[in-house]
Amino acid sequence: MPKTSSRWLGLLFQVGAVLLALLFTSIILLLVGAKPFQAYERIIYGAFSDMGHISDVLVVWVPLVLVSAGLLITYSTGLWNIGIEGQIALGAIFTVWAMRLLQDSSIPPVLIILVGFLAGMLGGALWAALAGALRVFGGVNEIFGGLGLNFVSTALTIWLIFGPWKRPGVGSMSGTVPFDTSLWLPMVGGSRLSLWSLGLGILGIVVVYFILQGTYFGLRLKAVGKNPRAAFLMGIPTSSYMMLAFILCGVFAGLAGAVQVTGVYHRLIPSISSGYGFLGMLVAMLVNYQAIGAPFVAFLFAALNIGSIQLPIDLKLDSTLSGVLQGALVLFVLLMDGVRRRVLHKK
Amino acid sequence: MKVELQQIDKHFGSVHANDHITMTIPAGTIQGILGENGAGKSTLMKILSGFIQADSGVIKLDGKKVVIHTPDQAIHHGIGMLHQDPLDFPPMRVVDNLVVGSPGGLVPNKKEAIAALKKLQERFGFQIDPDAYVETLTVGERQQLEILRLLWLGARVLILDEPTTGISASQRLKLFDTLRKLAADGMTVIFVSHKLEEVEVLCHRIAVFQRGRMVGEAKPPYVTTKLVEMMFGKAITLDERAPCATCDPVLKVEHLEVEDTRLHICDINLEVCRGEVIGLAGMEGSGQRMFLRTLAGLTRPVGGKVIVHDKTLTGKTYASFRKAGVTYVPASRLEEGLISGLSLTEHFILAREQKGFIINRDAAVKETEENIDQFFIRGKPETHVEALSGGNQQRALLALQRQDVDVLLIEHPTRGLDIESSIWIWSKLKARCQLGATIVFISSDLEELLHYSDRILVFFGGKVSEPLDAGTTTVDQLGQLIGGLGMKS
Ligand SMILES: Nc1ncnc2c1ncn2[C@@H]1O[C@H](COP(=O)(O)OP(=O)(O)OP(=O)(O)O)[C@@H](O)[C@H]1O
Ligand SMILES: [Mg+2]
Repeated sequence: MPKTSSRWLGLLFQVGAVLLALLFTSIILLLVGAKPFQAYERIIYGAFSDMGHISDVLVVWVPLVLVSAGLLITYSTGLWNIGIEGQIALGAIFTVWAMRLLQDSSIPPVLIILVGFLAGMLGGALWAALAGALRVFGGVNEIFGGLGLNFVSTALTIWLIFGPWKRPGVGSMSGTVPFDTSLWLPMVGGSRLSLWSLGLGILGIVVVYFILQGTYFGLRLKAVGKNPRAAFLMGIPTSSYMMLAFILCGVFAGLAGAVQVTGVYHRLIPSISSGYGFLGMLVAMLVNYQAIGAPFVAFLFAALNIGSIQLPIDLKLDSTLSGVLQGALVLFVLLMDGVRRRVLHKK
Repeated sequence: MKVELQQIDKHFGSVHANDHITMTIPAGTIQGILGENGAGKSTLMKILSGFIQADSGVIKLDGKKVVIHTPDQAIHHGIGMLHQDPLDFPPMRVVDNLVVGSPGGLVPNKKEAIAALKKLQERFGFQIDPDAYVETLTVGERQQLEILRLLWLGARVLILDEPTTGISASQRLKLFDTLRKLAADGMTVIFVSHKLEEVEVLCHRIAVFQRGRMVGEAKPPYVTTKLVEMMFGKAITLDERAPCATCDPVLKVEHLEVEDTRLHICDINLEVCRGEVIGLAGMEGSGQRMFLRTLAGLTRPVGGKVIVHDKTLTGKTYASFRKAGVTYVPASRLEEGLISGLSLTEHFILAREQKGFIINRDAAVKETEENIDQFFIRGKPETHVEALSGGNQQRALLALQRQDVDVLLIEHPTRGLDIESSIWIWSKLKARCQLGATIVFISSDLEELLHYSDRILVFFGGKVSEPLDAGTTTVDQLGQLIGGLGMKS
């Protein structure tokens, strides 16, 4: 059957892409005088050698998978939500803001955390709605709008940390005053992993999978993404759907920000998004917009991020090597996809 | 150039689109290709012009075997193709469109291109402004441009896949003249069409396709009934026209004034009855499309009123028009009508009433299967729309229209359909009229206009005629009106 054979071919090409990415990274390692296999071994060691490391990987996985889930929605609608970084930051800012307001009241901590999460979702959604409105009503391409809003969000974060929310005395790059431990998400054993946020990550990707696969709403989003003119003539209000896609993505980004605040940093720090927004875009591209693959690729990327922390410790290599590998993966997968299409076309 | 196709074979999954087709076309011939929708005509043409590859088979040009993998290689060998769905670069100027595909240095030589364009235009009597934007050209002009471009690139074999579907009668005559001139110069022309009368007047010989196979060839003098039988395996006749009942106005247009950058039309008045069919005639770009889009709420009128079911909808959004029971069926199927990348089932889900939040796939597949049967769409529920043949895309587009709408605004309802399907589509549309639907449609096919409309509006030079009674108008009269003769000023 041609269908299954082309699926095998697809898999073959994907494996080829991974090998090429490894080869590419190895060459770079050789160029800087390092031993590739040793580096890879250290990365794997750093990611999986014990429960502590594995739980660290999961700590990264949660915001990454949430962001990827949100981005799958905007991608399906044909939108490049570059503003995702800012949306994470605004989610974090709103969470911190709500919790600062409530932390000295007599409200039970659980409720404060809950309000913090809601505020985070709101913050992300608002920031995304801004990018969306610029695109849909102002005709500003979402890539430029998002880029601009990312800069604004960074400035806002820094201003808050050194201005209104500065630590007693003098503001510091280490961020605002941490919240009381009662306002931290409960963590497993001695790790930094919270089962609550883990559950949230899983729930998030499941919800998005379900929306895109099984609902009218998801199908309409795809229709708008693939051909807005035809979708409009079919009676789908394209502007509203684009706005909704942005807002939903913003909600997921805001959740990621809230997780970073309540579960990881317990305060606002300058780079609260940790680049997970951009990394999430790579994840979404790598899974070719299919929600089913996102949790696995996000896990791989999280493992690379955590594992590469071992590099400077053991090999005096910079940990940005994980970024090289991640970027190379995306490039080669896209490249091989192009090659595969050409080959299939030829046949 | 002599073109030989030997044992060309092509499968798409389980569909045998071309079944070992062999044909030889001598230089200087206009070869007609006839066949019902999905017969494999476009597939063969795309193979010859390098857009897709055959599974097996040989192509010979002037006796030499050639391998064609891309359109680029095809044009290098002198084969150029005009597509059923025009592929051009709309946001560009005409000259840029010309030079963009040309080989040559880094800096394209625009002056040379303009000069060459001018010479070619003079020869064929075309009048395209080199500085105009392609998107402002009518379909007919784009086609002329595309022919010029291919000639300029050195085409010696010209393939035209249903070239007359979107153009006016006069543009068609011009096209035929051009093709005859080219053939006289030794060019090989391959002309794919559903319209028997066109193929009969133009082509030196005809090949008939059926379900992927070449089932017959004919040379003049042609016998129409024979050709029809070869195409469908049976004889086909037109339905009789049904008389119109008393008038119950559904759609009213009062002193409507519409304009775009090229045209301004004032004071259009019309009352369309329940069950009535109104045809809009005119050369492409005479304002009929703008008028139809205004009736759908897609374009805002400058003045006047549009009233549907006694509700004044002027200035309201397309959504409110839809709510009032109006629907719009565009002509450009893959640009505005259907969504590439989605399956037929997904289209039916989108087009039908939403039931709940979650899609019931099984029910949707079932409904799609019913529609596929009913509308004879050659495809499966999971087929992506871009994989359907042109005619099958049109059937799908019509099948998607909801049953509860009662004002259907249709651009070129049977564009690209073979005669059998056209008759059948119109029987479906007429059945809807019997149930109370009203149809306003654009067509460039005079026979279609006269046969299926109750009344016809003719658009010419910024004016609109009084509604003509289609029953008492002849093809010649209509043709003259479209050409501007006898239009009241
Ligand atoms: N890219 C594709 N993928 C799958 N099937 C295809 C593809 N292109 C064409 N087909 C199928 O091949 C068959 C022949 O299609 P083709 O476009 O050649 O028909 P055609 O004779 O040009 O018909 P029409 O008059 O409707 O344009 C059809 O059944 C069509 O569905
Ligand atoms: Mg075709």
